[in-house]
Amino acid sequence: MQRDRFITVSCTITAGSAYKDGKPEFQGPGLNAAAFLDDLYRHEAIAYPKFHKMDHLCKLGILATEILLKGSNHNKKYREDETGIVLSNANASLDVDLKYAGTMKTVASPALFVYTLPNIVIGEIAIRHRFKGENAFFVFKSFHGNFIAGYVNGLFDTGLVQCCICGWLDFLGEDYRAMLMLVETTRSGTAIPFTADNINELNNTNHG
Amino acid sequence: MDKLMAQLKRQIIERLNLKDLRPENITDDAPLFVEGLGLDSIDALELIVLLQQEYDIKLSRAEDGPKVFHSVRTMAEYITEHSPSKTAS
Repeated sequence: MQRDRFITVSCTITAGSAYKDGKPEFQGPGLNAAAFLDDLYRHEAIAYPKFHKMDHLCKLGILATEILLKGSNHNKKYREDETGIVLSNANASLDVDLKYAGTMKTVASPALFVYTLPNIVIGEIAIRHRFKGENAFFVFKSFHGNFIAGYVNGLFDTGLVQCCICGWLDFLGEDYRAMLMLVETTRSGTAIPFTADNINELNNTNHG
Repeated sequence: MDKLMAQLKRQIIERLNLKDLRPENITDDAPLFVEGLGLDSIDALELIVLLQQEYDIKLSRAEDGPKVFHSVRTMAEYITEHSPSKTAS
């Protein structure tokens, strides 16, 4: 069975900083979470007006994926149905759930309601990059590298994906953390084997 | 009418999070949906909420939606016609 899988790129966004492969991509110290996301959007020079309508979890996912895939010619390397997305977090969509509940005191906001499921972020990423592959969103109390490794390897083993964006994406109030990895079957310069130990180590370092 | 349309443009930008737009980018008669501002069905629901919260107007007939929300001008005309103060008079 083919088991050559590698983390070819990683991206971590947390506490006012964004890193790609452990190197600083952008820093916005002192900004609140919403302002930081908007500043990072401008820094990445993304032209995607729909971004401004998204909830914070989706914004975080869009930005992390943008950094992850930047300069990779990803859509030329893979067919639309070959890229999977497997994400996880601890707070599901609670950040926007609370905001939506607030609007129910007067007139409930349809624009907030549509984000009150955690897997909506997968849809937003898929729409942005035209991915049509397998996807799943899991909610755990804490990061679960062994599960991510097992589930994603299962997708590769059964031939459902040729590459996969996976990891952790959590947002609640002013606390947020993204740690996404791109998993591929070909090794590139800085790639490391896609193992539970390496995933957990990436997550445990401050900047992935 | 001009004052109301200017106010509507500011409210639409704020409520729909159209951060790349300024009020002067929205022309009075330009379509709000599809080829104009590119608004979608969720935005339409938000515009209904806007009418309700800001102007105390409930869109009673769903089929009126496309006509009412065609442009900023048609919205302003509808508000002028259906504002509670006018209805009461």
